[in-house]
Parts: sequence; structure tokens; C-alpha cells
Amino acid sequence: MASIKLENITKTYKNVKALDDVSIQIEDGEFFCILGPPGAGKTTLLRIIVGLEKPDHGNVYIGDEIVNDLHPSKRDIAMIFQNLALYPDKSIFDNIAFPLRQQKMDEEIIKEKVTEIAKQLKIDWMLDKLPSQLSGGERQRVAIGRAIVREPKAYLMDEPLSNLDALLRLEMRVSLKELQTKLSETFVYVTHDQVEALSMGDRIAILNKGRIQQIDDPERIYKLPKNMFVATVLGSPPMNFLKCRVEVTGGEYRIIHEGFILSVKDKNAIEVIGKMIGNEEGLVLGIRPEDILLHNFGGKERIEAEIYVTEPLGNETIVDVKIASNVIKVLADSSFEGRPGQKIWIEPKKYKFHFFNTKTGDSIFHTKKETKLEIL
Amino acid sequence: MANIFLDNLVKRFGKQTAVKNLTLEVKDKEFVAILGPSGCGKTTTMNMISGLLKPDSGRVYFDGRDVTDVPPGKRGVGFVFQNYAVFTHMSVYDNIAFGLRIKKFPTEEIEREVRGVAELLKITHLLGVSASKLSINDMQKVALARSMVTKPKIFLLDEPLSNLDAALRNIMRAELKKIQQELGQTTIYVTHDQVEAMSLADRIAVMNFAVLQQYATPHEVYNKPVNLFVARFIGSPTINFFDALYESGRINMIDFKEGKIELSKRYRNQLNSLLKNNELVVGLRPEHLKVSGKKKNYNLKGQVVSFEPLGSKTIVYMHPDNNQGLIIKSAMESDFKPEIGDKLYLDFKESGLYVFDRKSTELVLKF
Repeated sequence: MASIKLENITKTYKNVKALDDVSIQIEDGEFFCILGPPGAGKTTLLRIIVGLEKPDHGNVYIGDEIVNDLHPSKRDIAMIFQNLALYPDKSIFDNIAFPLRQQKMDEEIIKEKVTEIAKQLKIDWMLDKLPSQLSGGERQRVAIGRAIVREPKAYLMDEPLSNLDALLRLEMRVSLKELQTKLSETFVYVTHDQVEALSMGDRIAILNKGRIQQIDDPERIYKLPKNMFVATVLGSPPMNFLKCRVEVTGGEYRIIHEGFILSVKDKNAIEVIGKMIGNEEGLVLGIRPEDILLHNFGGKERIEAEIYVTEPLGNETIVDVKIASNVIKVLADSSFEGRPGQKIWIEPKKYKFHFFNTKTGDSIFHTKKETKLEIL
Repeated sequence: MANIFLDNLVKRFGKQTAVKNLTLEVKDKEFVAILGPSGCGKTTTMNMISGLLKPDSGRVYFDGRDVTDVPPGKRGVGFVFQNYAVFTHMSVYDNIAFGLRIKKFPTEEIEREVRGVAELLKITHLLGVSASKLSINDMQKVALARSMVTKPKIFLLDEPLSNLDAALRNIMRAELKKIQQELGQTTIYVTHDQVEAMSLADRIAVMNFAVLQQYATPHEVYNKPVNLFVARFIGSPTINFFDALYESGRINMIDFKEGKIELSKRYRNQLNSLLKNNELVVGLRPEHLKVSGKKKNYNLKGQVVSFEPLGSKTIVYMHPDNNQGLIIKSAMESDFKPEIGDKLYLDFKESGLYVFDRKSTELVLKF
């Protein structure tokens, strides 16, 4: 049981900054996910925590202790990889018992511990088998069992599910989360899969190009993304972006897109959006596919558009809709029917707008229920 | 103009049958997806259409003409593979123009065609760039453009999106569909990804173990899957399956302590006339299965083991109260927030039930 703290970690390989001033505080007993695309620096970060790499700058704490110079074997952290290394010639029991035998623990205690953990992981009926007789998911559970039996201070996992097929991955997600809740140990879980991060993490750190983009709980990351990168990493299909410019006419603040105009009355919004007036890049309006309604006729706060193409998925339908020269994705009911070229009216939920700075990609404003804004 | 008819195709590799008695008709301008897990025979089928493979028996017809013995180059088909063949020492323009130059098209016409296709795929700004400098995403667009520009009668696509990143795959899926609708080429699309098949195709041919399982519209494959395999392969999260018995006019879901489901008279009558034996598998798709703390129509109960707030919806995972080994999935609104350990009642409509025969695995009834 331990918290983990990273303080201003920087790591450079040749001329490439793999990690750039990364600070993270992981609480004791937390399921912490690190999410980012390949090359973001996720694995480097894990290797630094476990001690396989040394940072150029910054400190690593486990509990209250700085462990920068502590050998990996002394850090008492278990690491579980994508490619699990089980001993092929040892039985499942012997595989799980291995770390305890290294500690020269009493055989009777070993037997007790291995049996109990095997029961927890639902692999107790296969203790006599060899790894080759097991399925991918079962082998993954054995690897986890071998880590748990040591009772380490924390568990680090590097994409442990990515080699499993979709059905099994789903099952393992559920059982990993179940296990962590039961153990209430610190889990640090690295993944490029947004579903894994959203579904398992108590908190998520989004990493891109070696820099932390946002650290928050899944709901806040989804609802209040700090920048356009975070907004696209989560959500399927991802958030739509529409380029707009800002103008003031007769004291009225307007956000103008080719296909519609937003009249902004909200003081807080005006304060930040006002800075964008006359700015050539303008701003970007973000709206998620599930936050747009479709109608067959016009009306107040509805924007005229045209069906570009429809993508039925069975349980829902993605409708690609053309507004002026932009195509955006809208999530509709599976009962939706429409032909390409057909006229349609969209009603975006105006309390679910996200505005971003076009140049930096940073979020400038998220609308709420009480935000005063009109679609003209 | 091109329709395709595959007449009883068989292909074996050694002792292994890769495609077994496959008969399939593809209409002119139709977009057909061949969907299945790896090793199901979908690529072998594709290769027999293109002419890269010869069937052991059976015939391939294009527009009523037997092309079984016609070499690939003379069949008028265009291919795009997962691993796109783009000449990296040429510019994007020359890559796209290549097929037309071989056919000795006049330069002006080549220019017009190349620009037209480039515009359609939104790569006009890349025409002067060397193909070696392209990103994987753009490379795939160039591969598509190269094939499209020659205007083949039939377009064969083998997992063309699988190397793209998720965001672009989403966009390209819609673009591909749009382009096909505009050009109206007969298209066959091989994939293992049910989302691609569902969203793109007019009809889906679902294959497993060398055998065609079902050939129908996406709507029908989803709502009336012919058997357990098709039902499980289509849809995400996957459909829930429950073992059940049909007892004196009621379905008894044995994974639950009180698993009896009262049926309407109409439903009962249909089941009575269709059922051959009383051992069933009942399917319920996660979006048709709702959970709540209050009892509604049934006494079926589950205990929450996990939930996944996915932003646009929340997936709730539960064990049924009489089978700790089974996980039930329910797709709820995103504001639904259960606690782990919560005991919840299940609710659904009769029309959401898929009833299968446990022995034959075939669908018996779905309203």
C-alpha cells in the first residue's frame, strides 16, 4: 500500500523529449490510468516509476520516500506487461508461488497464499496445468496472481489487455476493476484505449508528446476537456469541431459559422470570447455527436443542414450531416431514417458547447444550463 | 454496370476447406460487406472474385458472363488492400495517374481524372508531394485514388481502413460510403469489423468456418440474426445470452432465482407453434435491457459488479442472482450511476427477446 508521486520529471532520449516536466500525485489505493497515443511517453513514465529508467530531472516518491536511486528490486512494485512472461515448464501453482519461494517462505504458507489468490482470480481449478493449456485470458490472470502474491506496494500495468480478443478484453476489464476494488491497492494502468481508461480509472492522466494534458476523473475529462487533444481522445465518435469567428455588432457578441450564428449574452462567456474579436484564426466550437438532436423540419434554434451519409450500427445510427462546407457526426436512434442529400435540421444542445482557442487548442469556455446564448 | 453471381464456390487448401458451397448474388451498384472472424474464408472469397484464386468447383459470373477462367487483369476489377501498394519513388500525382498512363489515356484526360479523384478524396494539396513523405493515413487515400481513377466496374476492398488511426477511420468510413454512393460502383468490402460492415454495406454476408451464415441487410442481420453466431458477432457491447427453459407457456431463465417470464398470448402462441424442444437460449441486447432499483415487470435480479461511464452512455455489468459465473451487460443513460454491489431489477420488452433453439443454435422467434 503506497502513494506514488512524480515531481517535475523530464527525460530526453538523444534529442527527443520523451517526458517534459511531468508531475503526478497518485493516491494510495487509487486506480490511476495514463492514457495517450503511441509515442506519448506512457511506457517511459512507467519505467521511471519502477526504476528501469532514470529521469534526467525530477523526483520519484513511493510513499514519503524519494526512490530516485533505489534499485528496481528494492522498490517493491509489481509490473504486469502486455507480453506476459510465465514459465512455460512450470505449473500454474509453481508460477504463482515463484516469487514467494525466492523469498524462501515456508511451503505451507505459500500453499495457503497461492490457493487463496487463485480462488479470488477464479483460477483455482487449473493450478496443476501448464501455461500452454490455458487461454489468453487465463494466462493473464495467472500473471496478475503472481504479482498479487508478493503483496507489493503498488501495481503497474502496461497495456495488459491489448493482446486479448474483444470479448475477453471486456470481461477482463470488469474483473480487473472488481479485483482492484477488493484489494484497494494502488494500480497504475497505462493504455491507449479510451474505453479502458474511462471504464476503470478513478482518475485519468492524459499524456501527449511527453506532456500532461489533463488529470481528472473520467466524468470531468469527458465533460470539461482542457484542450482539443483531450476532447478528441475520449468519445466515439469523437467530438465535432467547427471553425468560427467572433464579431461585435451593435454591442452584441456573435460567434459566426458559415451555417449559423450564435448570439452570446452571457457575461462570463463574453469576457473570454471578447478577446477573440478580429482575431483571424477565430475560435473552434466543439460539440459531441450525442449532444445534437435531428429534426425533419425547421424551428427555433434549429440549423438547416443536409444528410451527407448515414451509418447504421444496429443499436444506434451515426448520421453524417453537412452544415455549409463542414461535415459533422450526429448520434441518432437506430430507428433513424434518411437519405443522403435530404434536408434536415439540427438542434445542438447549447449547454453542451465547448469553445477552444484555434491557435493553441486550449479550452476557453464550456457552456452550462445557465449560460445565456442563442442560436440565430 | 456489373452484377456478380457466385455459384456454389468451393475452395480447399490441402485438407482444409476455406470456402464451402458459397452462393451469393451481388446486384449492380450494391455495396456488400463480407464479414467474419479471421480464417472464416472471406479473403479467399474475395480472391476468387478478383481471379487471384481459382475455385475447386463452382463458377463466378459478372453480368451473366462466366469469368471463372478469365485472368485477374482482364476482369475489370479494382483492388485496395490493407497494405496499400503505393510507389514511394513517385509523386502522388504520378501514382494516381499510373493506371491511366498504362492504358495510354491522353495527357489532358489523365489530368482531369486525377484532379477529380484527388478532390473527391481531399488530397489535391498533396498531388506534388513525393509519396514517400506521406503519412499512413494519406498513403491509404492515395491507394484508394489510384484504384478509383481507373473506374473499375467492380471495386474490391480488403480491410482498407484497418491501418488507419481511430479518428481517421471514423471519417474515412463516411467518406468511403459517400464516394461509393456517388460513383455507384459495385463494391465488395471484406472486414472483420462489424461496425464497418454495419455502417457501410447495403447487405452483409456473414461467414464463419468457411460457411455463409446469413446474407441480409444490416438491419435484418442485427434484428433477425439467423443463429447464435451471427447474434454474437454483430453489436457492441455484445448481446446477452441466457440459458432458459420453456415451461407451461412461460420462459424460465435459469440464471435467476425467480426467472419466470410471463408472455403475452400472441407471443405464447407463436412460440408454441415454432418450438421443437423446450431448451432455449434467450438473447437480449444491452440496449434493450434496462435496470433499476424498483421492480417493474419481472423478478429477475442482478448484482452490479462494475460499470463503465463511456460518456455518451453507461454500461452496467452484473451477475444474475443465480449464476455468479455469468456477466450481464446493460446500456443505460450516461447519468445513471450505480454502486458496486447494488442489487437491481432487470426490465425489458417482450419484443426485445431473441429466442434461439439451444441444440440447433438457430433463431426461433424475434418480434
